[in-house]
Amino acid sequence: MTSPIIAELERKQMRADHYHIKPGDKVSVHTRIIEGDKQRIQIFTGDVIAIKNGRANNRTTITVRKFSSGFGVERIFPLHSPLIEKVELVNRGIVNRGKLYYQRDRRGNAAKIKVKTSW
Amino acid sequence: MTAGLIGKKVGMTQIFSEDGVSIPVTVIEAGPCFIIQKKSMDKDGYSAVQLGFEKKEKNVLKPEAGHFKAAGKGIYRRLKEFRVSDADLGALNLGDELKADLFKVGEKVKITGFTKGRGFTGVVKRWNFSGGCDAHGSKFHRKGGSVGQNVHPGKIWKGKHMAGRYGNEQVTVKNLEVVKIYPEKNLILVKGAVPGAAGGVVYIKRSK
Repeated sequence: MTSPIIAELERKQMRADHYHIKPGDKVSVHTRIIEGDKQRIQIFTGDVIAIKNGRANNRTTITVRKFSSGFGVERIFPLHSPLIEKVELVNRGIVNRGKLYYQRDRRGNAAKIKVKTSW
Repeated sequence: MTAGLIGKKVGMTQIFSEDGVSIPVTVIEAGPCFIIQKKSMDKDGYSAVQLGFEKKEKNVLKPEAGHFKAAGKGIYRRLKEFRVSDADLGALNLGDELKADLFKVGEKVKITGFTKGRGFTGVVKRWNFSGGCDAHGSKFHRKGGSVGQNVHPGKIWKGKHMAGRYGNEQVTVKNLEVVKIYPEKNLILVKGAVPGAAGGVVYIKRSK
């Protein structure tokens, strides 16, 4: 059981802008990259194939998968990190699972997630 | 200034620093503590303050109530002395309240607590013996093995590592960094782990 004190600390650290992300969504994650004294934004666009570590705390991570020059690439983002500028929802997908690890065995058209037309 | 506080371990979590690094922290509910007794150089031979933490209302014995009378701040369950320098003792009065803001962010502290009691444990867990194979015909699994020689020394040395009670011993972790303080809630967040179970009493001192 999480103590109410810790639950409150974690709630305070949580960002309110990402609660709507779901597995199967196509998202663009804008990450702030600090190089010396310069800053730039890096964008990673792909499908959310897993959300881990629970949603009611500040430890939530999302696993985003995309194909980059023919290779499957996955990145795990801490959803509540201050280095995440924003997570843009590109479109929602139709999926039947919370964890889409079957995507790792698929290539080409088979790896496409059906897009929800209205949400 | 006194160099310590009595607190209660709440548990662990993680917080993000401004540059996005997630820091593992232990949350400690530290204070409010009250000065119950002062020990002075002339009277006791050393200078210290006795702090009280966690109010006690039921089952108070008369002699116990008498001990807390001079401070006039009620009766407390936990008492602990913290040494202070003779010069600092004059600035502190009976009944003074010490809170989490005694410490500053970035300061190093040492924290004393009692580790989780593990009961009667074998040598593998208690002393990190390697034990033997589990399979391949091995009959030597998690035993301690030989405990000494024959005629000379003809006895088992004192302190020989053997199975027995493990845990529930006082441990101090030094140089833990204070990451954040919430004075209004008396919470101190220190980087890293602290001995004991959640809810256990810990003593926080400033690292020298």
